[in-house]
Amino acid sequence: MTRKHRVRRFLAMMTLFAAGMNCLAAGQPAVAQNPSPEARGLEIAREARKRGEGFGNLVSQLTMVLRTAKGQESRRQMRLKTLEVANAGDKTLFVFDRPADVSGTAFLVHAHRDKPDDLWIFLPALNRVKRISSANQSGSFMGSEFAYEDITTQEIEKFTHKYLRDEPCGDLACTVSERTPVGEDSGYSRQLVWHDKKEYRPWRVEYYDRRNELLKTLTLADYELHLDRYWYAGEQTMVNHLTGKSTVLKTSEVQLQAKLNERDFTRTGLRRAR
Amino acid sequence: MARRPVLRWAKLAAAGVAALGVTALGVTTGAWGESLIDSHEFSGSVTLENRWFPKKAANPEQKDFGVNLIAAPELYLESADGTSLTLEGFYRYDSSDSVRSHADLRKAYLLFVGQIEDQEWELRLGVDRVFWGVAESRHLVDIVNQTDLVENPSEEVKLGQPMAHLTVSGDWGVAELFGLPYHRARTFPGRHGRLRSALVVDNDRVMYESGAEERHFDVAARYSHSVGLFDVGLSVFDGTSREPYLQPPPPICFILDPRSCALVPLYEQIRQYGLDAQMTYEAWLLKLEAIRRAGARNALGEEEDYTAFVAGGEYTIYSVFDTDMDLGLLAELNRDSRRMRATNIFQNDVFFAVRLAFNDFASTDLLVGILEDVDTRSRSFNAQFNRRLSDSLTLNVEATFFHNIAADDATHATRRDNFVNIGLTYSF
Repeated sequence: MTRKHRVRRFLAMMTLFAAGMNCLAAGQPAVAQNPSPEARGLEIAREARKRGEGFGNLVSQLTMVLRTAKGQESRRQMRLKTLEVANAGDKTLFVFDRPADVSGTAFLVHAHRDKPDDLWIFLPALNRVKRISSANQSGSFMGSEFAYEDITTQEIEKFTHKYLRDEPCGDLACTVSERTPVGEDSGYSRQLVWHDKKEYRPWRVEYYDRRNELLKTLTLADYELHLDRYWYAGEQTMVNHLTGKSTVLKTSEVQLQAKLNERDFTRTGLRRAR
Repeated sequence: MARRPVLRWAKLAAAGVAALGVTALGVTTGAWGESLIDSHEFSGSVTLENRWFPKKAANPEQKDFGVNLIAAPELYLESADGTSLTLEGFYRYDSSDSVRSHADLRKAYLLFVGQIEDQEWELRLGVDRVFWGVAESRHLVDIVNQTDLVENPSEEVKLGQPMAHLTVSGDWGVAELFGLPYHRARTFPGRHGRLRSALVVDNDRVMYESGAEERHFDVAARYSHSVGLFDVGLSVFDGTSREPYLQPPPPICFILDPRSCALVPLYEQIRQYGLDAQMTYEAWLLKLEAIRRAGARNALGEEEDYTAFVAGGEYTIYSVFDTDMDLGLLAELNRDSRRMRATNIFQNDVFFAVRLAFNDFASTDLLVGILEDVDTRSRSFNAQFNRRLSDSLTLNVEATFFHNIAADDATHATRRDNFVNIGLTYSF
């Protein structure tokens, strides 16, 4: 190791250390009076994650209504199963029901905090489980306005965070934070997220493309409380400002702590998924 | 020599499809099983298809045009404890080739699932379809199921196979064991059919090397694991070959009665070791499939052990030209150590393809590929186009063209069999 490297490594370690101190500081009210925007942004993201943690596993029914600028409509229906993995990325299974020609097709996602996600697809016509690339984060999910990265679990480690300002959103008091993707696979330069101050639920997300122009806006509504603790949005509307197209994603029949376990989220579980 | 039990299978399949319909009716009307069955699902598809061969056939009795009707119903029943029954039938009617009109029981199995400590187990009993492998131009290691050759010359479609299939998996990977008590012979196109060899294959005269004939008990095993960027599978198969050696008729038959001259399929006892591996890194998929097979005959009719592989990859350019479309570039190389003594067309062939996924409402996709024989320079082009027309209707178009087919190429007899297949599928 050259001297230059050693110095650089030392500086990097100091930065990490400082960041760690910031995190600690965030938890202490006395110091939290005036944290840096970065620390506060991270704190909001952490708190939002913490409030969603502990659900164990989840089954829900998703319906997507895709609309063109001219008003043409198309529907997608699928079941979403999620398994929470403590201190690691979640595991997610999507099983398609409609349109009928893709019925039985399923996706398995093993999300990771420190590296790209693992992704498999099950094609029922050939009975084939196929590992596919997860580099296509910005690609459209089933022809909708949701990209893969919008729909899979977004680990907070995959962004840098920055608190911007307080702003009312509807009747609620919200914070506005900016998150910038760390990896190169994302199709966005940054996102703005509106969280309410009481429950830390996201109400609005603005997605800026690589040229830093506003590409899409997501609006979340119809929040429902489950097990007295977990809030899930019943309706999410994504509008693409460039094309005028939109997708409404409705979540229903949310069931927490269902009869799911690790083995439903393996490659053999994917083969069985229905 | 065994008479091929074509009829028995056709009857079985027809009975299966009928049983499926009746069961579906029974379940949906709630006539039985209220307490036993937790959930059920009846689905499937009906397809109307036209296959057209623009060029006049090499033999006058072969037809240029066929109207097809395909039905593929599926029933799934699940009990409260997770045990399930899957039934899937298939029937095709082809107006041009009676041999291509066929019924099959694709799936009819009971699935049991359980857990012993950290290991998960799964047992499938009945008829099922299993897929092994990673490559696109050819499914080399995939050996459990017989190819439904009359369905599509691409060898992509498989017949149902009776089996007991045990899977055990854990953090260490997935181990699978297969007991295969019955062999299903491959059906070759009939005299009126296209895409056949110059001499027809006699589907009613099937020979087996084993004295147990189609009842030889075959076994197979596979271990697979996914670690980081790699998905790897190791497999072994011991039993009756799925790919027959086609015995030429005795020369005397050409003098006595040329119309009766036919190739007779012979299924040898083989052992095959297989490897399939894929590395998934960013937008790259790097793939390898390789086999070592012993016990099979080469094109000269002599037993010859051989090694074959298909290696290549796929690179995807996402949001190509600033659109929503993804462009996939595929390249694969096929080799067989027997070279010109190989019993298939993949002795030394390169495959290039372009896949365009539109990512639109209609899930439009287009795949255009070329397979070129490096030794003979014979080429075949294939294009597949799929598009959803409504929530339940899809359009599928497939075209295959042969170009510069050499007289000594294995596909010479099909040189005039360019075809366009247009299908309209209603799914429910």
